[in-house]
Amino acid sequence: MPLLSIRGLKIHFRTPQGTGVAVDGVSLDVAAGEVVGLVGESGCGKSVLALSILRLLPVPPALFAGGEIRFEGRDLLRADPRDILALRGNRISMIFQEPMTALNPVFTIGDQLAEVYRVHRGQSRSQALASAARMLGRVGVPAPERRVREYPFQLSGGMRQRVMIAIALACRPALLLADEPTTALDVSIQAQILDLMLSLNAELHTAILLITHDLAVVAEVTRRVAVMYTGRLVEEAPTAALFETPLHPYTRGLLASIPRADASFQTESLNEIPGVVPSAFALPPGCHFAPRCPRAAEICRREAPRLEELLPGHRVACWRPVDG
Amino acid sequence: MARYILKRLWHTVYVAVGISLISFFFIHLSGDPVLLMLPPDASKEEVETLREQLGFNDPLAVQYLRFAGHALRGDLGVSLVHRVPALDLIFERLPASLELAGAAMLFALAVAVPLGILAAVRRGSLLDLGSMLAALFGLSMPHFWLGIMLVLLFSVHLGWFPTSGRGSFAQLVLPALALGLSLLAMFARLTRSVMLEVLGQDYVRTARAKGLRERLVIGKHALKNALIPLVTVAGMQFGFLIGGTVIIETVFAWPGVGRLVVQAIFSRDYPLVQAAVLVLAVLFVLINLLVDLLYVLLDPQISYGGGS
Repeated sequence: MPLLSIRGLKIHFRTPQGTGVAVDGVSLDVAAGEVVGLVGESGCGKSVLALSILRLLPVPPALFAGGEIRFEGRDLLRADPRDILALRGNRISMIFQEPMTALNPVFTIGDQLAEVYRVHRGQSRSQALASAARMLGRVGVPAPERRVREYPFQLSGGMRQRVMIAIALACRPALLLADEPTTALDVSIQAQILDLMLSLNAELHTAILLITHDLAVVAEVTRRVAVMYTGRLVEEAPTAALFETPLHPYTRGLLASIPRADASFQTESLNEIPGVVPSAFALPPGCHFAPRCPRAAEICRREAPRLEELLPGHRVACWRPVDG
Repeated sequence: MARYILKRLWHTVYVAVGISLISFFFIHLSGDPVLLMLPPDASKEEVETLREQLGFNDPLAVQYLRFAGHALRGDLGVSLVHRVPALDLIFERLPASLELAGAAMLFALAVAVPLGILAAVRRGSLLDLGSMLAALFGLSMPHFWLGIMLVLLFSVHLGWFPTSGRGSFAQLVLPALALGLSLLAMFARLTRSVMLEVLGQDYVRTARAKGLRERLVIGKHALKNALIPLVTVAGMQFGFLIGGTVIIETVFAWPGVGRLVVQAIFSRDYPLVQAAVLVLAVLFVLINLLVDLLYVLLDPQISYGGGS
């Protein structure tokens, strides 16, 4: 049994403009201790998917229209809110893109980190503060005893993201949802944060669902990767296989749009996928990618393809996959 | 910190000089008090003698310097009408004004902040719409009308509270209510909008993701951030309330500074107006200083000198 098992998840958004589809029948597994990448352009529904696991989506306007999310066998969408509270920050944690705004500006680092120990471990104020300082040291924050008394504005972006990771991993969660954890950071800091996450993954055996639009990050740290487009999973494969033989035309387009160091500016322009991402309020029938797809045929515009395993461990939702 | 406070107190002196200059010259534009002090059939000679006595015949600049010189020694002149030192009159009335303003403010905040939070948390609910509609209603009611209605209901019909005067707690209730209701309405709306903004912030989502109960998320993480704008507005309003409650003071025969000043203006009691304006201005500046010091407790990014 996988640690996290999402089956046919559908999430809609009710707005005055109508009902938008954010997640459209996604199925995805994460095994214990595994690092899985979830890739897609902004607005493809990957963050909504992550937030829905912890039931952090505001309902309404969000609406669970179908499917289930099972964590350690328990159905999270139908679980008692009190059970969800006990899971959050304890068995399942989340870190966010913006370390500048994700921490509360008016409380000390120590207070915000100690809260987790007080709520989930029942520690006293002084115990929790000592635990907080220890955890800060573990995530590589220098002089943790002093830092616990400081406020977020006194820390750099990289340090703040370390604090966020410390908060997330304080209770040794089974699953970490990392939503664009390095996007807002300098490149040199990005590598440090990714290394830190990987070492904690090895040490604590915490599974990581890494959500990003950055394929370079995915290539570096994940073993398996799923690609999302307009609310649907279009391809899922071991990371190496995806980069070597992308089967979905969208994945291929994504990979081709990465700038290459050896390309000369004069002769090659960046490859980009033609057209624009369709609106969540007006999705085309059939395959959502068909209007932009160079390989689209009649059936693509009529009927949505199912995710099928074409190569071992390599699933793709496409009527006319790219030949390996 | 101590240096900052000293500096701000020094600034108060500038404010006092500026305010006294402005009010001094403006009140002299308002007409001749001597004509009001003497009977209508007084002779030209009598008028002239009194003017000379009171020093109104000197150039304005000389009059101001004389006033300022006395003021430096703590003497703000003698009321032309009451014939006692103006400062004594003001300080006799000031406790009543502070009491009324404080009670109204306390009542307003105690009800408005929880109400505004509830309305924000249950946005779009019946409670939200109902309380905000009531708040709009409260904001649009004129003070004098509300005061009179309260007296009619609670004093005349029900006989719960006295109609006017000061001395007992029961006498404080109705004027504080009349004054506080519009404040309550304003603070409720302000709290709601500030809370709505704060609740949409990333750190609130982080607090929820940590597994904190909603009570802690709202009562701790959101509220402390929302308090900063609330304290600002509350401080300003309190400053206005001390001198600006003439109508309520009149309706409830409340012996506050506001009524004293208005009467002084009508009777062109120059020294009293001058002294009252000065005292109220300094008080206003001091309240603002207090608010700025409160910020230090609320927002760690604000520190006044002293270093971290």
